[in-house]
Amino acid sequence: MAQRVGRYTIRLDNPPAVKGYASIVGKKEGDGPLARYFDKINDDTTFGEKTWEKAESRMQKDTLNLALRKAAITPETVDVIFAGDLLNQCISSSFGLREFDIPFAGLFGACSTMAESLIMASVFVEGGFANVAAAVTSSHFCSAERQYRLPLEYGGQRPQSSQWTVTGAGAVILSHDGEGPFMRELTVGKIVDLGIKDSNNMGAAMAPAAADTLQSYFSDTGSRPEDFDLILTGDLGQVGSDLLHTLLQKEGISLGKKQNDCGLLIYDREKQDVHSGASGCGCSASVLCSKIFGDMRAGRLQNILFMATGALLSPLSVQQGESIPSVAHLLHITARL
Amino acid sequence: MEYLRAFLTGGILCVIGQVLIDKTKLAPARILVLFVVSGVVLTALGLYEPIVRFGGAGATVPLTGFGYALANGVLKGVREHGFLGVFTGGVTATAAGIAAAVFFGYLIALIFKPGDKS
Repeated sequence: MAQRVGRYTIRLDNPPAVKGYASIVGKKEGDGPLARYFDKINDDTTFGEKTWEKAESRMQKDTLNLALRKAAITPETVDVIFAGDLLNQCISSSFGLREFDIPFAGLFGACSTMAESLIMASVFVEGGFANVAAAVTSSHFCSAERQYRLPLEYGGQRPQSSQWTVTGAGAVILSHDGEGPFMRELTVGKIVDLGIKDSNNMGAAMAPAAADTLQSYFSDTGSRPEDFDLILTGDLGQVGSDLLHTLLQKEGISLGKKQNDCGLLIYDREKQDVHSGASGCGCSASVLCSKIFGDMRAGRLQNILFMATGALLSPLSVQQGESIPSVAHLLHITARL
Repeated sequence: MEYLRAFLTGGILCVIGQVLIDKTKLAPARILVLFVVSGVVLTALGLYEPIVRFGGAGATVPLTGFGYALANGVLKGVREHGFLGVFTGGVTATAAGIAAAVFFGYLIALIFKPGDKS
């Protein structure tokens, strides 16, 4: 049985294992430093579809299919799927996954969706409510620009602090009979809002939420940053990562060189002109479901914290001058039991 | 010389726009409106006419030039139609520009599809 540890953390005594995982990305991500880790790179970011929204749904569907194939199971054996994305009413997920005939629970956690869906799937599997559960998410640069900023047709310029939305999707299949990695502990984050209003600087808005969740986890479990091979945040970018270090330093926690950020890993920031790094549900999803799980299975990484952060804004709240509430969800993942 | 003056005038106006994009948090649409309104106000104060005489198309083609045309159109409308000209003059004077923008915008949308930025 799972048990609560401290105030906010859940420890899974019978840790669910990754049975299969997959990532599919677009061309720009395929030109980046993680290219060789992705399952599939699609140079045509329309994915053969007529609209960017259809393209994103297609990418999510293909990614889940691939993860199922790698797990060597059929959709009928999946008991529940947790998925979400950035578009209004989460249409990438509901349109992309409608043909699978799998019980579906839609989630909105903005860029934290990979961690949020993995937490839900882990709890379902550990509690025996599902034998097999899937966690899926995606984002697409072109559909996100239309949703949050301006349609690509407008051709506007981007400020230096802005992050680039990843075209990518990740899917994880969890069950008790997988080869791993294993989900050990979970911390569901609180909504933190320090009043930052600049939607082009989401890293700074999300850093306080990331600091809050990490602090909760460390104080609940008594662990320290040195205990882990990697503390992987996503997607704070450079601005947000620096701020996270500063905020934790004030609380006497030094992350040192343990922390890295999905938003900084996926692109070559010098060569690819992405300003402050990457963002989008697909960013932490595609990084986790490629290099990170790959490294864990290969034994290069043993013990990590994966914490995805989300900026819970909407275009409407930005237009009405509201600040940006943020959230960060954390999973402690190990390569072996 | 005429070309150089036009280039300098248009260039300086665009530099102002670029600085506003890079150094302020103004959304592009706000900068656009700011330029048009500035053109109207400067024309009303009689300050834009000398710039147009100096820079020619360098001053009339950028967005401030649209404001200049609007303001002049209103003045002309008032002269010809009295009070009603306040409402009709501006759009009459800029009708060619507006119709052309709609027409070519539609035409280009028919021919091309937007691509990914990468």
